[in-house]
Amino acid sequence: MYRYLIRRFLLMIPTLFFVTVIVFILMRMIPGDVVVMKLVGEGADVTEEQIEIERENLGLNRSYPVQFLDWAWGALKFDFGKSMLTGDDVSRDIKIALPASLQIAIMATLLSIVLAIPLGTWAALRQDTWVDYCVRIFSIAGLATPSFWLGMMMIIGILIITDSQWAPPFDYIPIWEDPWYNLSMLIWPALATGYRYSAVAMRMTRSTVLEVLREDYIRTARAKGLLERIVINRHALTNAMLPVVTVIGMEFAFLVGGLVVTEQVFNIAGLGNLFVDSVIQKDYMVVQALVLLVAFVIVFMNFMIDILYAWLDPRISYA
Amino acid sequence: MILRTFFAAVAVFFLAIGLVLMPLADAQAAKRGGKLIYMIPSKGAKSLDGHKETSFATVHPTAPFYSLLIQVDPLVPGAKKLKGEIAKSWKISADNLTYTFKIRRGVKFHNGTPMTSRDVLATWNKLVFPPKGVLSARKQMFSMVKSISAPDDYTIVFKLKFASPALIWAMAMPFNYIYSADILEKDMHYYEKNIMGTGPFKFVEYVPRVRIKGERFKDYFVAGRPYLDAIEGIFASKQSVYVAALESGRIHSMFRGLPPAAVEDLLRIKGSALTVQRSVWNCALNVTPNSYKKPFDDVRVRRALSLALDRWGGSGYLSKRAIVKTVGGAVFPGHPLAPSRAQLESLEGYSRDIKASRAKARRLLKEAGIPKGFKFTFRNRTTDQPYKVVGIWLLDQWRQIGLNVKQEVLPTSKFWDSLRRPKNRMTDASAYVVSMDFNCQAVVNPTLDVSKYVSYSGSNYTKIEDTVIDDLFDRQLREPDFDKQKALLWKFQQRLTSQARTFSTLWWQRAVVHSSKMKNWNITPSHYLNMGLVDVWLDQ
Repeated sequence: MYRYLIRRFLLMIPTLFFVTVIVFILMRMIPGDVVVMKLVGEGADVTEEQIEIERENLGLNRSYPVQFLDWAWGALKFDFGKSMLTGDDVSRDIKIALPASLQIAIMATLLSIVLAIPLGTWAALRQDTWVDYCVRIFSIAGLATPSFWLGMMMIIGILIITDSQWAPPFDYIPIWEDPWYNLSMLIWPALATGYRYSAVAMRMTRSTVLEVLREDYIRTARAKGLLERIVINRHALTNAMLPVVTVIGMEFAFLVGGLVVTEQVFNIAGLGNLFVDSVIQKDYMVVQALVLLVAFVIVFMNFMIDILYAWLDPRISYA
Repeated sequence: MILRTFFAAVAVFFLAIGLVLMPLADAQAAKRGGKLIYMIPSKGAKSLDGHKETSFATVHPTAPFYSLLIQVDPLVPGAKKLKGEIAKSWKISADNLTYTFKIRRGVKFHNGTPMTSRDVLATWNKLVFPPKGVLSARKQMFSMVKSISAPDDYTIVFKLKFASPALIWAMAMPFNYIYSADILEKDMHYYEKNIMGTGPFKFVEYVPRVRIKGERFKDYFVAGRPYLDAIEGIFASKQSVYVAALESGRIHSMFRGLPPAAVEDLLRIKGSALTVQRSVWNCALNVTPNSYKKPFDDVRVRRALSLALDRWGGSGYLSKRAIVKTVGGAVFPGHPLAPSRAQLESLEGYSRDIKASRAKARRLLKEAGIPKGFKFTFRNRTTDQPYKVVGIWLLDQWRQIGLNVKQEVLPTSKFWDSLRRPKNRMTDASAYVVSMDFNCQAVVNPTLDVSKYVSYSGSNYTKIEDTVIDDLFDRQLREPDFDKQKALLWKFQQRLTSQARTFSTLWWQRAVVHSSKMKNWNITPSHYLNMGLVDVWLDQ
């Protein structure tokens, strides 16, 4: 088991390496110039010579392999360099953006688990009844509704309900500094994204529970005279959770870096926003670090899901 | 007779007392305290150094922490008057070649050190003569300055190579923050990441892309100012966010400006709780054809593009949807040095008879051998207001003279890259054919307005050397006589129009919505100005 885990963990390294190489190459193929963005701004009168000096200062005149190796060596020491646009430490940029994105992802995941597993199971147990129909309508609506649109509707709804006297805060403060202010800002994007997220997990829960309920071992358990509660909780749900865990884990990884429009709707300076801005402005250093971070989250979540598989299903052995 | 004289004297006395007390009454009405919260409609500042940056995204968060040598008077509407800030007074020599500024005593930096002419000298040397590796974004504006010296602790002297009325306004640019000489001596790049000035507010916190906070500087050199206890600027790039924030009262203002529909919506919903101030905006939206590419190397084709535009009609309906309104040439409309209405209407493309203009445009295209339905791509910036809205209008205007134009919208970085392409690559297939362009200035100054069009300007994206334009610019820059300068600027405009290498569409229109509780802030034609917030107070 431990050897498997170590092997899986070590496999993360080449995966992350190849991801960064690909991103490094792709970023340099996109037209646009970070130096022009940096110096020209709103039409500043900047000479070609000044642009060349800045390009030299940023190390952009070096060969691509040298640039990559320099960056990779820094990344190995957790030094992701400085933003080419602002000169800020990339680590600091991430440190500012990560907590909000992570918090929304955690809150949305919790919401999703709380909604999806009980409702999905209930719908499966009451298949083709009004309960099932309601849950299915609720989940299909969740899948069909973009999170950012729901977010905008939430803000408009709040303004209408409060007669334009209240709206969520638009400047992020970490939860450890002001929990109430923080929650009154982030609960809305968490609800907006958590709804779609829970819809995905709810449908998965329903279908896998339905599948498991038709298995021989469930019939056996019932024939043995076990209480229905025990049959469902201990035998059906535990086995049905494997694909649900996969969906939840993958969605979590997506939420950490992928909430671009929702972050814009609620004015959250999160990772998704930082990512898109950096790509648009061709801020290579920030993009490379963010890709590495998001790739790490995805690979790590996969790793965690594998561990959970073994825990949930004793038949799975990595020995 | 004696009685009449007596009553007249009494009346004059009371009138005089009234005039003296009037400003005091205003001052008494002002309330002290409170925290002003405003939004900065940007994703963040690239750096905090005003000397280096050109964006409002730097000025809006940092201006309250700094002072200028001279400034555009924040209390005079229209940005028409200059006043000293650090400068107590100034004197210009008879030959207009020496500017002597007397500096206030008792001005302190936020770290407690006194400010003297040494700091002003270090600041202005950085602005005018930046050392290698240090960028001064407006260095070209001070090309007339020969030397700067500080003969004593409270005097600073600028000697010029040639006289120029443009200098004094360029000096009042809101980016020209006074920095500490001690700090600059140690690190010329310190101010890119840090804030330490002599302004009305003392720096508290800056979280990039999130917020900036300041508190009242107790040792600020103007007694009784600022009124506010604290300020907070929140970065927000989406219009829906700052509209919702204004509507709910989360913020007091967003100082850049809102499009007409948002203004009307807010006023309808909030009524008297919000106030709107409007002004012509010192930004012109231009069109720049690539004179190196066929068929736009033919002046007739370029002129046809300008002739097709119904500027007067467009002003009427576009101003209801976009942040553009005023018809004007290269010089800020309404400025005494700008062309008169009659002069403007005599220019090609500015006639009120749009049918005749378009007939002429079609004739020019025919003469140039351009077939009906000729296709080309118009390159634009991926920003709704006003770029994309006006872009769509342009496409329709050109359709009406038989051109078939496709709009290509680029993200800002690609857009700039496309415009700034070096001269030798202007004929490449990827070079723009016809592009949106713009000219925004921080202060109202005709010389600055037209500086974009000279051959050696970095923001002249035509990449064409026009010695006639350069000569006219140089002559008006050195011309101290107002009427002669105006005549030169008119010739400049005529030359620009006749060549149509770049031409104005409409000037922007600024509308700032703010809480009615926010008092003593005046809109200006520039969104870079009046961000010191020294006189602003909250009625709460």
